[in-house]
Amino acid sequence: MSRINSLAELEEFRKGILSKRDPNKPCITLCSGSACHASGSEEVAAIIEEELEKQGLSSSVDFRKTGCHGFCERGPIIVIHPEEICYLQIEPKDVPEIISQTIKEKKVIERLLYTDPGANEKIIHESEIPFYKYQERLVFGSNGNIDPKRIDDYLAIGGYSALAKVLFRMTSEEVLSEVKKSNLRGRGGGGFPAGSKWEGSRNALGEIKYVIVNADEGDPGAYMDRALLEGNPHSVLEGLTIGAYVIGSHEGYIYVRQEYPLAVENVNIAIKQAQEYGLLGKNILGSGFDFTVKVHQGAGAFVCGESTALMTALEGRAGEPRPKYVRSNVVGLWGRPSVLNNVETWANVPLIINNGADWFAQLGTENSKGTKIFSLVGKITNTGLVEVPMGMTLRDIIYKIGGGIPGGKRFKAVQTGGPSGGCIPEELLDLEVGFDELTKAGSMMGSGGMIVMDEDTCMVDVARYFLDFLTDESCGKCVPCREGMRQMLKILTNITHGKGKEDDIELLEELSETAGDASLCALGRTAPNPFLSTLRYFRDEYEAHIKEKRCPALSCKELIAYHIDPKKCQACMICLKKCPAEAIAGGKNRIHVIDQEKCTKCGTCFEVCPPRFGAVQKISGEPVPAPIPEEARTIIRESKQK
Amino acid sequence: MNEILLQIDGKEVGAREGMTLLMAARSAGILIPTLCHHEKLEPYGGCRICMVEVESRGSTKLVVACVYQVEKNLVVRTRSEKVDRIRKMILELLLAHAPDAPELQDLAKEYGADKDRFEKEASFCIHCGLCVRYCAEVKKKNAVGFIDRGIRKEISFIPEIASKECWNCKECFPLCPTEALQAAFVLTRALYTSPLSNKNGCGDTYRGQQ
Repeated sequence: MSRINSLAELEEFRKGILSKRDPNKPCITLCSGSACHASGSEEVAAIIEEELEKQGLSSSVDFRKTGCHGFCERGPIIVIHPEEICYLQIEPKDVPEIISQTIKEKKVIERLLYTDPGANEKIIHESEIPFYKYQERLVFGSNGNIDPKRIDDYLAIGGYSALAKVLFRMTSEEVLSEVKKSNLRGRGGGGFPAGSKWEGSRNALGEIKYVIVNADEGDPGAYMDRALLEGNPHSVLEGLTIGAYVIGSHEGYIYVRQEYPLAVENVNIAIKQAQEYGLLGKNILGSGFDFTVKVHQGAGAFVCGESTALMTALEGRAGEPRPKYVRSNVVGLWGRPSVLNNVETWANVPLIINNGADWFAQLGTENSKGTKIFSLVGKITNTGLVEVPMGMTLRDIIYKIGGGIPGGKRFKAVQTGGPSGGCIPEELLDLEVGFDELTKAGSMMGSGGMIVMDEDTCMVDVARYFLDFLTDESCGKCVPCREGMRQMLKILTNITHGKGKEDDIELLEELSETAGDASLCALGRTAPNPFLSTLRYFRDEYEAHIKEKRCPALSCKELIAYHIDPKKCQACMICLKKCPAEAIAGGKNRIHVIDQEKCTKCGTCFEVCPPRFGAVQKISGEPVPAPIPEEARTIIRESKQK
Repeated sequence: MNEILLQIDGKEVGAREGMTLLMAARSAGILIPTLCHHEKLEPYGGCRICMVEVESRGSTKLVVACVYQVEKNLVVRTRSEKVDRIRKMILELLLAHAPDAPELQDLAKEYGADKDRFEKEASFCIHCGLCVRYCAEVKKKNAVGFIDRGIRKEISFIPEIASKECWNCKECFPLCPTEALQAAFVLTRALYTSPLSNKNGCGDTYRGQQ
């Protein structure tokens, strides 16, 4: 392919691609991101290719391996175009039937469709599935339509038109004012207005300036940036190039975690293809603007998501934040003005340029515009990535899109904002998601992690878990963070082990204050949030652990015991046989008894006891009833008595 | 020379542009405690004990004096209830590592820090980084460095470099506020001169070659 050298050539080229594409030609798309691979999409892809060949359809049917569609709970997902028939949880054995029935005969295979649990109806089209219906998939939606390894797919959906518009029809001032007007705020954590950040760099002195993509997504359970970079890398590159044009940068970096090999692969392919087409490199589209991008792989440190630590790591040194009181958009990478935004922020930029700031600002709340992608995980029916307009309530996200809590359990809290965020309780479910709204509730937007917890989750243990994560991920440079969290983790661990002391809460609050006020970077300053937010909304749980040595959620192993109710035990032998510690005594027609000394509290007996008996009980904060005497253990069954 | 006037603890202080609050305060005879600061080294901002309150354009914030630069009309308070509380906590956290370090003990007296507030930790090191930075920035040898991160972070001599550079230098020793550095050095020497890790089979011979 030869270079595209002007705006007219780009549009001509795009027309050429579209003219070769018949919208009525059957096309099978299969999600092929990392999560999809984990659920077996590579095997499915191989069979589809083989089967199309076998059934003589290779030339009359298109097959496209796309990025993540978001509904990971039900992956791998196939969507057949143009009818948009959506099949879920596809296994290799389903493929021959899909091709012979749906592709050849145009018949829908009922068993592979989504069943709406409410109405108990089958749903044919992807967009009508409740998981998708309530979303606003502006940034993420294209993932399902393009093969990220083929730039032509991105061009076919209008890709790089925003860049062309910027380079040929707008001055850099106009672009900046559009981005500022849109009030796009950083999707990576801080929520800083992107336009102001760009302006700071633009006005800063210096010939050499940088633009950087933060793809060091590190929050447990969050993977929206991975899915975007894997599934639509050109949208990120296009946004980045526009940012570079605004601030006058000619060199960009993508800092991506090493744990994301597919993202690294796809973005490298995208860069190469964009360079070949003249959309990156020297004299982009013949405009005279030069811009190159390099990919840098991080070594897996959460703290490198912090802007100055990321830049230090990019310079080739240990990823530790800088103590400077100067913004990195003025003094950043190698001491030069550097704009750092995360993957999702950059991917929003082409949309704003194409559709205008007013269009973008229509969506959302007063101070949080546009959409946000959340990674909805935990105790939720529909695990996956969801993109919703800012201002949607947590309740709608969790119940309408997420399908609520599985297993008939009760919702307890939702943790947003990653390890530095906080837990939001049931009474605040009608909170509208937005940067300021979440912060006010003691949590934060962060990069969009959303972990749903049900009644079985112990909130003290949640705080302990996140502190454990952060003590491991802290760089260890400053005292309030390294030492403060070391002590906080010890105290929280003691509380969950039933060794909490009366003044522990006050001490934790003091340590939180020091870390929050005196830490060097945002990691340390926000590290107490998991503790502070759970204390704010679930103080009674802390007190129960400390004062009564009781875990109200019946979750902390050291504080619970399993007990078999002799009145309910039917001596069915199931728990006795399944107990891995051989801690259950009993036999046929002999009531079972747990030996508390041997019990490892693995919970197997509790899980296997048939619900119609419900004999195994979990107890906490009360003494285990004494085992019934040997002589009283025999069950005399009425039917046999006669 | 452009003199910048600011106020530290109610006293008018003149400073040069680019000076840190710590330098300005010291030049005016006002004491701000430090643990990781050294004149010859780049500001590190790690121990956070030099935290002070600054008031500028109507808002108050906490900053570390060893990094924050002087500004015209800045109002600085080197002691306040909040500052003292932070310093006390930092000292108590560090005393769990090095309860007998004289520098920490003196400060503990000043700020009412209880050396037994937290359970004692195994290492004496308070991670001030003076040895690491002095070796890198002044001696340019990098014979001692930090390894690992978070709560597992510790100082360690790099045996290959230390065996060549350290025996006759040891300039970092007096910088260490605790006994940790010497301990790490003794350990390195013991390991490096043990018959097991030396091809010549004799540490003295090896050292004699330097």
